[in-house]
Amino acid sequence: MVSSETIQAIQARFPSAEITEFRKQFRVCVPREIVHDVLRFLKDECGFTLIIDITCVDYLYYPKAKDRFGVVYIVGRPENADRLIVKTFVNDPEPTLPTVTDLWEGARWLEREVWDMFGIRFEGHANLRRILLPEDFQDHPLRKDYPLQGRGERHNIPVVTRDMG
Amino acid sequence: MTRMTDLPDNVVITKLDALVNWCRKNSLWPMPFATACCGIELMATGASRHDIARFGAEVFRFSPRQCDLMIVAGRVVMKMMPVLQRIWLQMHEPKWCISMGACASTGGVFDTYAVVQGIDRFIPVDMYVPGCPPRPEQLLQAIIDLQEKIQREGSAWGKDVERRPHQPPRALLADPKNPRLLVAGPPIFAQDEAANKWDTGKRGESPDS
Repeated sequence: MVSSETIQAIQARFPSAEITEFRKQFRVCVPREIVHDVLRFLKDECGFTLIIDITCVDYLYYPKAKDRFGVVYIVGRPENADRLIVKTFVNDPEPTLPTVTDLWEGARWLEREVWDMFGIRFEGHANLRRILLPEDFQDHPLRKDYPLQGRGERHNIPVVTRDMG
Repeated sequence: MTRMTDLPDNVVITKLDALVNWCRKNSLWPMPFATACCGIELMATGASRHDIARFGAEVFRFSPRQCDLMIVAGRVVMKMMPVLQRIWLQMHEPKWCISMGACASTGGVFDTYAVVQGIDRFIPVDMYVPGCPPRPEQLLQAIIDLQEKIQREGSAWGKDVERRPHQPPRALLADPKNPRLLVAGPPIFAQDEAANKWDTGKRGESPDS
């Protein structure tokens, strides 16, 4: 569990951060303008030297959601196994966030996956291209407005017949 | 003059095709293309309890150039399909393909944007094995059925290959319903209607409606 001194330090440094607790787990919701500063602060001054995951939530059909995408950073402190969730929100069109690869090299593939699946662009990422789907894929399939069965990509493959080989 | 009945008991008269097919069907070399849980059952089929060696198909090779039976066990996603086709094309004739399990045959429960809804849309398939995953007995039954098919259809010099309907290469066109999608168009070298008479396949032409 993250110590209350750390939480107070975050709140004092970033007054606009909304810190909530659920079952001893803290979540820090920050505006997208300061998310990079918050993460830099967590890494350099609070000891969260590990990026555990970067992922995203699409709130498209949530009736009470104010923003469309919630990008979630999970950072960890290896000394005492603390975890902290930092969350920020971005919107259409062109949802964009600053990259955190300057803080953690390990965020490269995580940001590529978020780009691949949700289309969140990370400015400053050295190699922001698809990581799981084929390079010529057109959509970002984990967005809620993408049909589950796709738009025909799974059948857009040439046919190999018996007489070809 | 020697009559047939004068032959000694250890001599059998048969057709060369039948002999060659008999050799082929009892010496299948499977190429395991195992991508999911069906692969576990495939391993169980190869293990001692179910013992695929009873049917002469125990020599699994992981190089397609040494194999003549591809067993596609598990779901195939669209990114994997070109790999599967390439492996299939690397295998030498005569060759056969078993689509093992619901996923390889129809996509199974994975009716999503990435999973191919049946590998027979894009490569030829000889035998389908139902089940999720199939029991090893079912795979063995498929091999037995495939052996019957080999005995029935093959020929020593590949005459059956020449008799196959030739499907000319086809152009890829933009689908009018979805401009981002390419679908198989008319044959590239079509000269007249006769050249188009093999244009029967609907599979792989259009996406799901």
